[in-house]
Amino acid sequence: MSTTATEAKSRKAPAGERVADWADGRLGIYSLAKANMRKIFPDHWSFMLGEVALYSFIIIILTGVYLTLFFHPSMNEIEYHGSYVPMQGIRMTEAYASTLDISFDVRGGLLIRQIHHWAALIFLAAMFVHMMRVFFTGAFRKPRELNWLFGFLLFVLGMFTGFTGYSLPDDLLSGTGVRFTQGAILATPIVGTYISMFLFGGEFPGHDMVARFYSIHILLLPGIMLGLVVAHLILVFYHKHTQFGGPGKTEKNVVGMPLLPVYMAKAGGFFFLVFGVIAMIAAMFTINPVWALGPYRPDQVSTGAQPDWYMGFAEGLIRVMPGWEINFAGHTLVLGVFIPLVIFGVMLGAIAVYPFIESWITGDKREHHILDRPRNAPTRTALGVAWVTAYVLMLVGGGNDIFATHFHLSINAITWFVRIAYFVGPVLAFVVTRRICLGLQRRDKEKVLHGRESGIIKRLPHGEFVEIHEPLDAETRYKLVSHEQYEPAELGPEVDENGVKRKIKRSEKLRAKLNKGYYGEGNQIPKPTAEEYREITSGHGHH
Amino acid sequence: MSTQEIPEENLPSGQGETAHGAVKVAEDPFADPGLPAHKPRIQDIDERAAKRSERTVALLFTVSMLSTIGFIASFVIFPINHIVYIWPFGHISSLNFSLGMTLGLALFCIGAGAVHWARTLMSDVETAQERHPIEATPEVKTKVMEDFREGAAESQLGRRKLIRNTMFGALAMVPLSGVVLLRELGPLPEDKLRHTLWARGKMLINQNTNEPLRPEDVAVGSLTFAIPEGLEESDHNFNTEIAKAALMIVRLQPGDIKDKQELEWSHEGIVAYSKICTHVGCPISLYEQQTHHVLCPCHQSTFDLADGARVIFGPAGHALPQLRIGVNDEGYLEALGDFEEPVGPAFWERG
Repeated sequence: MSTTATEAKSRKAPAGERVADWADGRLGIYSLAKANMRKIFPDHWSFMLGEVALYSFIIIILTGVYLTLFFHPSMNEIEYHGSYVPMQGIRMTEAYASTLDISFDVRGGLLIRQIHHWAALIFLAAMFVHMMRVFFTGAFRKPRELNWLFGFLLFVLGMFTGFTGYSLPDDLLSGTGVRFTQGAILATPIVGTYISMFLFGGEFPGHDMVARFYSIHILLLPGIMLGLVVAHLILVFYHKHTQFGGPGKTEKNVVGMPLLPVYMAKAGGFFFLVFGVIAMIAAMFTINPVWALGPYRPDQVSTGAQPDWYMGFAEGLIRVMPGWEINFAGHTLVLGVFIPLVIFGVMLGAIAVYPFIESWITGDKREHHILDRPRNAPTRTALGVAWVTAYVLMLVGGGNDIFATHFHLSINAITWFVRIAYFVGPVLAFVVTRRICLGLQRRDKEKVLHGRESGIIKRLPHGEFVEIHEPLDAETRYKLVSHEQYEPAELGPEVDENGVKRKIKRSEKLRAKLNKGYYGEGNQIPKPTAEEYREITSGHGHH
Repeated sequence: MSTQEIPEENLPSGQGETAHGAVKVAEDPFADPGLPAHKPRIQDIDERAAKRSERTVALLFTVSMLSTIGFIASFVIFPINHIVYIWPFGHISSLNFSLGMTLGLALFCIGAGAVHWARTLMSDVETAQERHPIEATPEVKTKVMEDFREGAAESQLGRRKLIRNTMFGALAMVPLSGVVLLRELGPLPEDKLRHTLWARGKMLINQNTNEPLRPEDVAVGSLTFAIPEGLEESDHNFNTEIAKAALMIVRLQPGDIKDKQELEWSHEGIVAYSKICTHVGCPISLYEQQTHHVLCPCHQSTFDLADGARVIFGPAGHALPQLRIGVNDEGYLEALGDFEEPVGPAFWERG
């Protein structure tokens, strides 16, 4: 015993191992590493969209901390005497003045400010596209519904963090945006005026807005978001990543390359790529030039005022809504502003609840780790495209003045177009998308059964020309037939075996109907069966 | 670089030799053929290609180091107010441009190096790892339920209802303190939104000249902005007051005024309307003198100033409030009272 102990001691472990030993004794890192160091991650280009979001979030935090070192979140009014000549002698809040200082007096301050703003725009865009990837491939299904919700919350909180952030410089544009928000808050029935007074510490704009938005922007919201990001990532590790179907891939395995070294290098390297690209964008393209706008005054405004892109659809809702107001018993119901506010919530809320609705309709309680190709879930894909259509139409509505001036159109015509298209467009998009999906399913079936069009034309002895179809190889064929298809749900007979009328709940009837809408006849193309395939291939190559 | 130069023993075995599931396919044409065989990359079989990759990665890392030096140099060299012309960006800050580009390049090259290294030199053999169901096994679940029952029983929470109920009561009530504290966030609305600084006898001060306005100062077709007498830009509450009191003045031909009350409240065709849009509160600033329409540039609500400032297009819900004006003894325009209705966006208590 004692001899082995001394032997072990005399062979001193390398320094790195000793540090790891020390940490393991306190943190248990070896068990952690055992489970995760060589963890397999599948590869697909679309899986990096979430990474873009994660990395831009980190970049925002890094640059944001730097900005807090110079920014003064104060609405005290001063006369500007900094180095930006056009603003000298003008009264402005310290918030606006310190933003000018960051841009013109702090070396590199403008760069960091622009990286911060660009990264925020990219963060929201990356989350949006990442969410579409997850939606259209069905990655939100069990067991990942909660992670979908975490992601949804991150998107919504990201919108508000962005909004409170671009409001901080207290420039003419951002102040206009805050005024819009305050006007919308006032429209809330019963509590609107109270919320407004409490949020702004009195009447708009007051003297508290910047300081309050500051603590919301740099502490409250990012704190919650950081927690959600960590939870999101833990769940990604715990559930293991989804993968597209294909040869060798099943619901019970995950095929790909290990975290160490491949994804350490790829994902770690990708952080630098994202950061590098954003830094170069910030070098080349000015974003939010607050110096060109001047400080905020409630009685002044610039034309062409636009929010950051992710608030554009809210802007659209408020612009195209007719100005309905109902007055009764000494009260006003400001429907013209309140309805857009409600639709804003409903459109976002629809994202949150969709996984639960779909799982209720399918009644599927199994885990899903193989991703759907969007065409193989035509109804879901069509719903998603309908939502995106509504969203994009509202972006157009939000930019109606920009569209009018750039394309020389009547602003009234654009507004009316969006008013009508908001209801018609999504329905059209739904129908068209579903037809495209079904068409693609038919094409897949055709390819499996008859092979790939080779482009080689053969002339038969009797003069007929035919194109030679090459059979698919086993791997491609498997890729096209390995997805599963639901059978449409049946309600069962209306009467039980004794001839007594069965009570069927109305919700069950609705569910069966919706289920048919998803998987009923004509709403998905039955995939080819092995028999069909054999029949065709064993025959003499006819098609 | 042709394959003939690659030593024989490094070449991969032919694709056909890995007869993956060839037999199975005959049985079931749609059977899973299994993971495809690994296709080696040029770097896997040719050490010279691997060397080239190594040099590429090293070059990228080196460029990154040089870029960082470039960043520090730019930081030291370029004055902060130095503007250069760079095509196609135009006149831009040389400091911002050089710092951003060098920092961007330094970061990008690290990323590009790492990714190139991973893609060309690290193993790209795909392997499969098992998944395990997220749900616990029935045994684990039984054990947990048992443990919970035991723990719950030991706590006696279910048995001693008095403790349970008072605890829930205490926990439910304690957050109320926090809610009460939030009361201090701001004052109650009361009738604050109904009043502005305007009052009987207050002169209309031209915002541009800071002088009281005379009727003859207001030409037909012009748009003038005015603030109430006594309000100074240096006032502590200037922004909050101007957010309600902002006024726009236009002169119309009295015969053009269609609304009876508007005519009564005007003076020699001069009408004064709140500048704050009744939609969500943007200042209205675009005037079309031929049609007497004003347009809010934020959401394009359009009001007809010749017809009681009623809404003729856009999302605003009601007309702009009019300020009743007259002329005082010295011939200056003055208000004959406050606005009769609240200015700005509508709210629940507006009525």
